[in-house]
Amino acid sequence: MTENIEIYRNVGLPEHHILSVLVENKAGVLARVAGLFARRGYNIFSLAVAPSENPRFSRITIVADAESAPLEQVTKQLFKLIDVVEIKELAQFDSVARELLLATVSATAATRGQVTELVTIFEGKIVAVGTDALTVSLDGHPNKLDDFEELLRVYGIVELQRTGRIALPKLVRERNRVTQSTRGEAS
Amino acid sequence: MASEQITGAQALIRSLELENVEVIFGLPGGCILPAYDPLLESKIRHILVRHEQGAGHMAEGYAHVSGRPGVAMVTSGPAATNMVTPLCDAYMDSIPMVCITGQVSTTAIGTDAFQECDTVGITRSVTKHNELIMSAQDIPRAVREAFHIATTGRPGPVLLDVPKDVLQNKMDWYWPETLDLPGYNPVMHGDPAAIRKAAELIMASERPVLYVGGGILKARAAEALRELADMIDAPVVTTLMARGAFPDSHPNCLGMPGMHGTAAATTAMQKSDLLINLGARFDDRITGKTSGFAPEAKIIHADIDPAEQGKVRRPDVPIVGDCRLIIEELIVALRELRGNGAVQADISAWKSRISGWREQFPLTYDPHVPGDKLKPQQCLQALRDSAPADTILVSGVGQHQMWCSQFWRFDEPYTWVNSGGLGTMGFSIPAAIGAKVAFPDKTVWAIDGDGCFQMTAQELVTASIEKIPVKVGILNNSYLGMVRQWQEMFYDERYSETELGNEIPNFVKWAEAMGCVGIRVDSPEEVQPAIDLANSINDRPVVVDFRTDASENVFPMVPAGFSNDNLLVHPSQEARREFLR
Repeated sequence: MTENIEIYRNVGLPEHHILSVLVENKAGVLARVAGLFARRGYNIFSLAVAPSENPRFSRITIVADAESAPLEQVTKQLFKLIDVVEIKELAQFDSVARELLLATVSATAATRGQVTELVTIFEGKIVAVGTDALTVSLDGHPNKLDDFEELLRVYGIVELQRTGRIALPKLVRERNRVTQSTRGEAS
Repeated sequence: MASEQITGAQALIRSLELENVEVIFGLPGGCILPAYDPLLESKIRHILVRHEQGAGHMAEGYAHVSGRPGVAMVTSGPAATNMVTPLCDAYMDSIPMVCITGQVSTTAIGTDAFQECDTVGITRSVTKHNELIMSAQDIPRAVREAFHIATTGRPGPVLLDVPKDVLQNKMDWYWPETLDLPGYNPVMHGDPAAIRKAAELIMASERPVLYVGGGILKARAAEALRELADMIDAPVVTTLMARGAFPDSHPNCLGMPGMHGTAAATTAMQKSDLLINLGARFDDRITGKTSGFAPEAKIIHADIDPAEQGKVRRPDVPIVGDCRLIIEELIVALRELRGNGAVQADISAWKSRISGWREQFPLTYDPHVPGDKLKPQQCLQALRDSAPADTILVSGVGQHQMWCSQFWRFDEPYTWVNSGGLGTMGFSIPAAIGAKVAFPDKTVWAIDGDGCFQMTAQELVTASIEKIPVKVGILNNSYLGMVRQWQEMFYDERYSETELGNEIPNFVKWAEAMGCVGIRVDSPEEVQPAIDLANSINDRPVVVDFRTDASENVFPMVPAGFSNDNLLVHPSQEARREFLR
């Protein structure tokens, strides 16, 4: 239950742009990026920031609402930030995306077995056990997490936290050109 | 070699010297105090302003006319917030500027200390870049980067926020020989394929217009533009930011287009089949309602900022790069096409159509009636006709700004300074002082409204004390004139809060109190003698208070939100309005 689950939704027009933005790992960079989105009226759907393979740079994965944020202007405006080094737009089918979910779910004696079974089916983990609740974790494609969340809701979600998406381009095997990468066109 | 230990403050001043800074506009205070001490030994001139906003606009005026980055230095907190307006102004008009602000010590940051504010946070969206310097060792690197970023690519303001202890701490002196900015590489040369395509469009166009913006001046491209314009013999419109980039006296120059542009310039753009946009940005004051703007025109858009292309109007040929290089490359491409036997389309019918518009709709105003107040335009024309050829004209924002653009004659680049994008009232006096500091031997006239004057007049004290003899002409109609005009035209003549008061303040006494010569002009006979007197004074600033007619409106006008087809001509030309079709 892994790769095949990733591609059965969101076929049609994309609701979101996924941007992988390489930035200098400096104080205030996230504020610059977030401020730019706010100032131009673009909505950020999710955001994940962490150091990249090179400690000098961090990679920000931004999932932006496609309706409010015309991709061309977003990337061009982002590029004007001095600390932005590279931007890749990751197309839905040409990238691998992952997200982590933590949820505390009601699990009484009557339902605990069903919740545990659900976690097993999704290949999740139980990370904490209480008297009438379980905290579970699941990582995977965001669509898979959406499904898991929907099914958990039946039992009563007490608290839930998702990380926001991280993504990288798919490795090229037969098909070429998976990403639209722009570099060094800032002004 | 043992490294030299100096303080952060000494490193800051030395770095500015190495960037060839000749003047700093500023005002000291608590947190920036350490930087003012080594300034006493520096060859850099410091001009002590009366308000930090003045320092910012002076730096802008200096940069506008010289092309060199203007430098302002002020303290933390309220000084930094007073700098926000000039920074935003410089950002909107792409003015190279480096601003240094003091900050509370690193140990106090975040504690709401005295005169602390989040300067980098507040100025992030109004600067091209900014940095809070957390270690004295970083100062030379940060200064070098700031000047590089401010002056290259699309120029703009850069702010360095320096905490007090960073200025006091010792550092090992160095000067970075190279820059390490992997995210910043402005494209300079145009894409050859795009250049070729642009050249082909130009050859085929029957109704071309060169739409010239401030980018021409930033790229020092006026000469190249002249060559291109003469080569293709096309009409040229110069935006508010580009007045002087192409000589008004040239037969192909149509003047300023847009909301208050000439009827010929605005209409030529509107009817064009090819707009060759060189360093302009399809500002709303140019386009009017964008959906109705130049509906038949193909667009070539040369701009060093890729984000400008497609932001307002989708170009058929976008060319990212430096305007001067792009124009030179275009000229080569056009020569090649001609060398291969291509012939430029006949544009004579187009040019005679435009000539008709120019003849039928010249800029005009109702003549002065004896006994009435002066016409502001007649004062400006008299000033213009008495001004030396290389006079720098600086304006504030409002009706007087539009009349300056319309009735002055700009034949040289870098002779016109104004606040275009942000529209900052009060810009002219400090900006004129900055311009005069850059070119002490040139005549600098600041044309101001009475509303603008009252926002920043105190900088004339700075000018008097620092011996910077600028000349100020107030077109004083006792109103916030442009707002009054909108209330007359669009709010049923309901004048809400636009009358400023007729005899208060006394501008002559105010000028004299600030160490200037003050002259009041009420009648037409007094105009020329007052101008002659003002032009003859070179040891102190002069303020001429021209008492002008408040009922005078700026024409032509495209009402906000309307298409440029809805241009309102001067009432005296209304009968032949149909001729603009």
